[in-house]
Amino acid sequence: MKRQIKVTINGVGYSHEVEPRLLLVHYIRDVVGLTGTHIGCDTSQCGACTILLNGMAIKCCTMLAVQADGAEILTIEGVAKDGHLHPIQEGFWEKHGLQCGYCTPGMILAAYQLLQRSPNPSEAEIRHNLEGNLCRCTGYHNIVKSIQYAAQKMAGR
Amino acid sequence: MTTATRLFGSAIKRREDPRFITGKGTYVDDVKLPGTTHAVFVRSPHAHARIKSVNTAKAKSAPGIVAVFTGQDVQTGPLPCAWLLPGIKIPPRPVLAQGKVRYVGEPVAIVIAESAYAAKDAAELVDVQYEPLPAVVDCQKAHAKSASQLFDDVPENQSFDWSIGDKAKTDDAFKAAAVVVKQRLVNQRLITNAIEPRACAASYAPATGDLTLWVTSQNPHVARLLIAAFVLGMPEHKMRVIAPDVGGGFGSKIPVYNEEVAVCWASKALGRPVKWTAERRESFLTDAHGRDHLTEAEMAFDRSGKILGFRVATHANLGAYLSTMGSLVPSYLYGPLLSGVYTIPAIFCRVWGVLTNTAPTDALRGAGRPEATYMIERLMDLAARTLNMDPVELRKKNFIPADKFPYQTPVAFVYDSGNYGPALDKALEMVGYRKMREEQEKARKNGQYLGIGLSTYIEACGPAPSSVAGALGAQAGLWESALLRVHPTGMVTVFTGSHSHGQGHETTFAQLVADDLGIPMEQVEVVHGDTGSVPFGMGTYGSRSAAVGGSAIYTSLQKIKEKGRKIAAHLLEAAEGDLLYEGGKWSVKGSPDRAKAFGEVALMAYLAHNLPQGMEPGLEVTSFYDPVNFTFPFGTHIAVVEVDPETGHVKILRYVAVDDVGKVINPMIVDGMVHGGITHGVGQALWEWGAYDDQGQLLSATMMDYALPKADQLPSYETARTVTPSPVNPIGVKGAGETGTIASTPAIANAVLDALAPFGVTHIDLPLTPSRIWQAVKAAKK
Repeated sequence: MKRQIKVTINGVGYSHEVEPRLLLVHYIRDVVGLTGTHIGCDTSQCGACTILLNGMAIKCCTMLAVQADGAEILTIEGVAKDGHLHPIQEGFWEKHGLQCGYCTPGMILAAYQLLQRSPNPSEAEIRHNLEGNLCRCTGYHNIVKSIQYAAQKMAGR
Repeated sequence: MTTATRLFGSAIKRREDPRFITGKGTYVDDVKLPGTTHAVFVRSPHAHARIKSVNTAKAKSAPGIVAVFTGQDVQTGPLPCAWLLPGIKIPPRPVLAQGKVRYVGEPVAIVIAESAYAAKDAAELVDVQYEPLPAVVDCQKAHAKSASQLFDDVPENQSFDWSIGDKAKTDDAFKAAAVVVKQRLVNQRLITNAIEPRACAASYAPATGDLTLWVTSQNPHVARLLIAAFVLGMPEHKMRVIAPDVGGGFGSKIPVYNEEVAVCWASKALGRPVKWTAERRESFLTDAHGRDHLTEAEMAFDRSGKILGFRVATHANLGAYLSTMGSLVPSYLYGPLLSGVYTIPAIFCRVWGVLTNTAPTDALRGAGRPEATYMIERLMDLAARTLNMDPVELRKKNFIPADKFPYQTPVAFVYDSGNYGPALDKALEMVGYRKMREEQEKARKNGQYLGIGLSTYIEACGPAPSSVAGALGAQAGLWESALLRVHPTGMVTVFTGSHSHGQGHETTFAQLVADDLGIPMEQVEVVHGDTGSVPFGMGTYGSRSAAVGGSAIYTSLQKIKEKGRKIAAHLLEAAEGDLLYEGGKWSVKGSPDRAKAFGEVALMAYLAHNLPQGMEPGLEVTSFYDPVNFTFPFGTHIAVVEVDPETGHVKILRYVAVDDVGKVINPMIVDGMVHGGITHGVGQALWEWGAYDDQGQLLSATMMDYALPKADQLPSYETARTVTPSPVNPIGVKGAGETGTIASTPAIANAVLDALAPFGVTHIDLPLTPSRIWQAVKAAKK
């Protein structure tokens, strides 16, 4: 039996009838059609599907769409505003924080929450906070540098 | 142009990044085809079993079902192995299992429905009855008369028995040796884990007979050739393969896989698009795995520490079937690397390729070269300890001297260029080697166990030339193509046959072209990954893109300029020999005002109003560049670790990498690949292990159980370079995609074992997990 859900994604309201078992990530990718959120592992280890749900970074491969009813969601497509890259996106570009780009949306959203909570994180803090996001290309070296760049930029330094 | 302003060599930000950082990349699973159906595979839960029956009746009546096909329906050619060694046995590998299953995860049926959820439900209803058979997992145990056989006509499960080098000369070297170090080494099975799972979508157009396949491939043209000509038996020109944005490959997206053939076949059968995306568990079970060698290695030295000989016997686990390059990796990508960076007068290497009830193995970042390097560098450290020499001193003593290049090794390779001392010295200086040894001494007195590990490695990139590869068994050429299309406006589109799945070709190749033509990078576009637009290509493997793909582009550039010069000379009424090409224009020597810009010449090539007599209009060139030799990057990596003998925990304190990859087009991109490469090798040294139990069940089949490196386990790396250009290609580049992985596994292993030296621990097999370290320390204390 399908259920009606309403969500706001990147400031836009959506309303759909969905199967109760539909995963939130499939809802975002296949029903709404925002394919920037990726699926890497299905079991919430890799973090490629990280989004912000009501301000919290979550892995939407292990959440049902019906559980997100009424939620405010931010995906990678909504991070840049008015055609301007967010400083975290800028950091990833400037510091070569990505190679194949597949883990990148999740990394950026994980970093987004980290910098909200801790605007001036140490390298150790950044690394600790990325523990739930896997990257096979960069060795994390330049991802750390990208987030440091963003922190500086956001602090106006 | 001055060096400072050249695009070649500049750390230019990547032009592919804006789409990736805004979520606008297009990976295969993002491709939405109208009317598509979704496939799910029914897979074997057994490592080895006879299929007694497959009942699809219930599944065929499930809601939303479109079709169910089994091995009886899908009658195609077997999946090919593309490298034939002498006497090799290549048992047929069916697209869907035929009569028997030989590894857990082998596809038995394809279930197609209107949605992926419906297909998954229906797949549950396929009833397969099996008669389990004894499984073989360990490749040494499988290589025995008494072992259970995967194929009736492959006795002892031996696919090949391959060797390289001079056995008699090597045996003599050992007779004359003052010191012999021997070690049995396990190079454990790894699972690649590109973060994007494999995926494919096929769309057959019954009206025209055209088939299009979107697939996560490192080599779309090779996939097309093999699938069309050898498996499906359809005209190659009626098939188009697109590998759009691909989320990492590391070797696992080279082979042709069952699933991509099955969706093609099914799309033809149904006349509708069929799409499949792997779940991570399927990636673990069915992506080609890597490594898995059991080796007896021994090295002979004279009293002064000079190497006299090297003898290696390896059992290589091929898995249940030969993957596309499954036979190449443990033979020609392994044995010829055994001279390392050292003068070794005699080498002999024998490899038995053995079939087991495990997932097929193929290339995994480094592919054969890490296996060889780990062994050499472990033996060098064991020898240093036996000879009571510093590992640095022993390495320096045996380095191939800089004046000996090109250097002929006893195992086929001729090294193009090298200068090993400066890279080692630079790394020693960066890490502060002497001071670090003193710190280590001090720390030991305080009960702290620091270890310093070296790896002085060689890598072989850009496999070549095609004629030699052919003589050695390759069923393909190893060249690369480049089509350069200069548009009438002077804009340039580069169609390259190599493929980018993280390497940044769109930026690097644009730099190469803009630099050579003296035009802005914005005027250059790079296209790859589509057989519909790129003439042909071998794709990306073996760190070949710059050395082979880049050289093909360079060759086309010279031909474009040659034609352009003729047009410019004609328009300027000057002799060709009197023209200079600089800053994007041809000018007459001595009178710089008499000039024609690149764009003007391009326009005239298409207007064709005033061309030299007999010249064809247009300005585009396709070149096929066949390399004359491999390139041989090298370098020194040094790891500093602290090991807690009470818990077995390893902490990486510092990691220094000095690499020589020849000339560098974009240093930012090369550094990035080095970082990622190091991390991959650290993963093998400390955590990663594709572990099967004795029944052939994969124990590490999720990211919870297979330990991929994480950000908080790693330090920031300290990297530097020396530059020894390659003389074998016109742009002097070597290759940088795999150096880190090749170098870092032995550097970390040597560091950990150096830390444990006070306990008398000489060797622990990979991965060096806390429990293994703890056990080794405990056993040594007894």
